[in-house]
This record gives sequence, C-alpha cells and structure tokens, in this order.
Amino acid sequence: MSATLTAQVGAVAQRSLTRTLRQPASAIPPLVFPVALMAVNAAGLRASTALPGFPTHSFLAFALAVPFIQGALFSTMNAGTDLARDIQTGFLNRLALTSIRGSALLAGQLAGVVALGVAQAVFYVLVGVATGVDFAAGAGGVLVLLGFAALVSLGFGALGAFMALRTGSGESIQGLFPLLFVFLFISSMNAPRNLIGVDWFRMAATANPVSYLIECVRSLIVTGWDGQALALGFGIAAAIAVVSLVLAAWAMRGRLAR
Amino acid sequence: MAACLWTTWHELGTREGLSPRVPRACQVFHNRRRAAASSAAPVTWAGVAREDNGIRVEALVRDFKSVRAVDGIDLQVEPGEIYGFLGPNGAGKSTTVLVLTTLLPPTSGRALVAGHDVVREGPQVRAAIGAALQEAALDPLLTGRDHLRLQALLQGIPRAERRQRVSELLERVGLAEAADRKVRGYSGGMKRRLDLALALVHRPRIVFLDEPTTGLDVQSRTALWAEVARLAREEGVTIFLTTQYLEEADALADRVGIIDHGRIVAEGTPAALKAEIGRPSVHAVPRAAGDSARIGAVLARFGDPVPGVRDDVAVRLRDGTAGLAEVVRALDAAGLAVDHLELQQPTLDDVFLAKTGRSLEGAGGGADGRP
Repeated sequence: MSATLTAQVGAVAQRSLTRTLRQPASAIPPLVFPVALMAVNAAGLRASTALPGFPTHSFLAFALAVPFIQGALFSTMNAGTDLARDIQTGFLNRLALTSIRGSALLAGQLAGVVALGVAQAVFYVLVGVATGVDFAAGAGGVLVLLGFAALVSLGFGALGAFMALRTGSGESIQGLFPLLFVFLFISSMNAPRNLIGVDWFRMAATANPVSYLIECVRSLIVTGWDGQALALGFGIAAAIAVVSLVLAAWAMRGRLAR
Repeated sequence: MAACLWTTWHELGTREGLSPRVPRACQVFHNRRRAAASSAAPVTWAGVAREDNGIRVEALVRDFKSVRAVDGIDLQVEPGEIYGFLGPNGAGKSTTVLVLTTLLPPTSGRALVAGHDVVREGPQVRAAIGAALQEAALDPLLTGRDHLRLQALLQGIPRAERRQRVSELLERVGLAEAADRKVRGYSGGMKRRLDLALALVHRPRIVFLDEPTTGLDVQSRTALWAEVARLAREEGVTIFLTTQYLEEADALADRVGIIDHGRIVAEGTPAALKAEIGRPSVHAVPRAAGDSARIGAVLARFGDPVPGVRDDVAVRLRDGTAGLAEVVRALDAAGLAVDHLELQQPTLDDVFLAKTGRSLEGAGGGADGRP
C-alpha cells in the first residue's frame, strides 16, 4: 500500500509541476521579481554598508537572502491559487472520486510546491554566483540553504493550501498576498536589526518571524556557520510548517467530507 | 505539535477505511462478475433486496442552510438500467448526484449505491461508480492522455495495464488523434467525451452523468447518447443520468424520475408516464390572426384547452386521434382557415405540466440552493 501511496503522491506532484512548466507566465515572475527587487535595493542602499557594524561590504550579498523568502511567499500564492482553482472547477471532486487518500492529495500538491521552491532557490544561488557573491558557508552551506528553502516552501505552501481549502476561492488567496508582503517589509530585509534606528520598526522586526528566516539565509551567505541564526531560522520555519500542515490537513479533511 | 500533525495526517490517510495491507487495486479494478463475487459485504436494509449494481434511495433529504434542495426523495434504479432524472435548473438533480456519489453527505435519509451505504461505506461506493459531473472538471493545461493516465493511476489500475486502458478509452471516445493536445484547445463535445472516458477508466458498475450533453451541438449530443446506450446495453452498466432535455430522457432512459423543487413528482417509463396523460392534443395556427378566438371556440367542442405555442390554439382531444377528422370538418364548416394543423402525442413536458402546473421549459429557479 505504501507503494501505492507513494505513486499517488508522485502523480499529484507531477501534475503540479507539469502545470507550472506549461504556463511560463506564472513560473517566471516568482523568479524574476525578487531578483529585480533585490537589484533595485542593492543599487539604492549600497551606501548603508559603510555604517559601523554592517556585517558585509557587499550589499548584494546582504540582500540576496530576501529573494529566497520572497520566492517562498510566491509559493504560498501558487499552491493556494492552484488548489482553489481545482476546487472551483470541480477537479478536486474528480480526484476525490478516485481511491486517492486525502493525505496523498495534500502531500502531492505540496511536493510540487517544494520542488518548485528548491528550483527557485537554485536559481537565486546561481544569480548570486553570477554577480560575484561569495557564499561564506561554502558548498555545504549552499546545500543547507536549499534544504531551508524546501522547508520554508513547505510551510508557506501548506499555509496557501489551508487558505484555499477553507475558502475555495483564488481571490481570497490573492487577498492574503499583501499581508504576507507586509511581514516581509517589516523585517530585517534591508538592514540588520541592531542598526535599525527607529524603535518601533526595530521592535516590529524583532517580533516578526520573517526576520529570523531571512537572517538564517543571510548567515549562510554573509557570516558562515552561525548556530544561533540557523537554530532560530530552522526552528521558526519548522514551526510554521508544522502548524500550516496541521491546519491544511484539517481543512482537507473537511473539504473531502465524503 | 508533531504528535498532533501525525494524528491528523494518519487519520486523513486512513479515514477511507482501507486496510494498509490491502491493495486498493483489488477494490477498483474489477468487472461486474468479479464485483458480484466480491467478499465485501454490502449493507442491506430490512425488506430491501441486495442489488450489486442498483441504487436505492429512501427519504433522502439535503439542506443548505435554510434551503431544502432535496426533499425526502425515494427512488430505485435497477441494475443495467438507464435512469433519467429529469427536472428544471435548481430542481435538486445535481445535489442528489453529489449525495449518491458520496461527495456530499445527506442531511437525513439513506442511500445504497452498488449495495453500499453512501455515508458509511464511501470507499466501496466510489470504487464501484464512475461520474461525469455537471461541469467537465478538466485541467486546461493537461492533455487528454495526461488526464487519463492520472485517473488510471489514482484508480489503482496496474502499471502494466494502464497504457493499454488509456489508449483503448481514447479510441473509444474518438479522442485518439487529440490525445496529446492540451485540453484548453478542446471543443465542448471533446471535453464531455473525455469526461466520460475518465468516468469509465476503472470499469465502474454504475455511472452517474450529470447533464452530460448540456451545451453540446446535435452531433456531439447524438454521439454521446450512442455511447451511453452502448454502455448500458452491451456492458450492463447502470446509468443514472440527469438532464433538463426532454428528448434526452425520452430517447435514452428506460425509466424517468421527474423532480421539481426537490421532490419526485412522477416516475415510470417514458411511455407509461405519457400514457398517464393519455390523450393527444391538436394544435391549429389560424391563417388570420383575428380568428384565434373563433378557432378556439370550435376546438373547445372537442377537448380541454391547453397552452399553445406562439400563435397556435390547442386542445387536448377527448376522443384521442379519432377526433381529428371531426375537428377538420368542424373548422371547415365554420369557414375558418388554418395555416397549420398538427396532432401532437403527449410528451414528457406534458407530464411535467400535468404534475406541476408548469412547463418544464423555463421552469428553472427551483429549490436547489447550491451555488
């Protein structure tokens, strides 16, 4: 039976990937926009590297962490809107009429999201290498970075799936996007927390879990092996993934009330 | 937290009641004889005979908040029968199908499909049925072959047989040439044929078709009718077909249930239902528009007035077809000229009219509160 379950997960994941590859218009923006935003920020905020205590002389290396998290936010959107579309068109009902298990359906959907998330992360690494960024943690750090990207994609993907399963509406998922972006902007994406001069912003960034996700990635690029940053980043990403998966599994059970 | 995730995940995985040791393929890859010999023990109700390929519904109710979409229906579909479920938009047809296919739990009442209770034995019901629901639920970015491969895998068709089954079905529904094209380029008829093929992948014993020909051109509709009829006649598949087309129910169905506002208002063979109405009607189109009232008065001597279409005047004849000659003579004697005179046998619309006081055409907007 486990082979059957694996095959079911694989089939749903393959469909998810096939869909994405066949509509480049939806696959390219998650790759290009974060990099474009990074380029704009790097050009405008280059001078901040002169601040005392700034961790690197290359703002590009400092900013490269952001696309990894921003790309994961796009994963939330993609996973959610795809699932919402399946609900709206009745495709989920078609799948529900087969022998597929709810867990396989969810796992397959998320496996596709994670695969895309890792592919995005590979792209950002290549962009970094191409622009001369030196990954402080070396090749091992890059592998950890890809694993982290997979975990973050899983967490945000499950969150998107949860929203889709609860609302059944692509528009609701779109509505979530600005909220997630607020979390991104009120974080340490553009400056280290200890250098943020505005008190409320520094406190908000400190309370914002997205800051620790960015700092985890940033540590591998800029600092090297930073146990505290890695523990906080992986811990928060795992917590987001666990909570989102529980919610998504619960919502899937409700949606497949068959 | 991890334990909570595991529990939820595990429940989700096993809630269908499948033993992890029993290959799913054992349940879904079968034919009628194998199913009849299956060791699964279908639920039986007191006084209701077990029918492996049949459908039994008892006092079925489905509410959506304050709206009662299905209002205590009883019905019985025999194995190998084509049952036409006829009614206007919003009558409760699709809601009934969703309940019978286990996609929607009933508010109350019971239903056995293929000998299994739709609430307590969902996996067994789903293994026995195929369904093409109201909207052809297809992924525009996948090809026809992609759809069939995915469906075959998820239905547990062994890998060795999957390719052959997919090709066979593509051939059968006339999509072999378009098999590797994305579905977004398919016509409505092609989508419906693919939808039917997907419903047949695992050789179901009962097939639910929810308005399968809505929006199709005449040629596509006729082709689909032929395939549905072949399924029932040659393969003994039980067909539960909802439709709002009178001619579809008339042409295909062995028996028809007419539903209105969530209730079955008439049930029987099309011939028997029409025989209940019994008498044909005569329709006259006056040559001069001002003669309508006089023609109506003449016709009224031979039967009861019924609503005409556009300019015609119509009565249901008291003496059946025997009265037609008298009608012609009476009109001639009164010096009334008509452009068209037609004898019409009762239709299922007449049955609907007789049972509900409304014509089926344009009778939408009923109780079905589903979005």
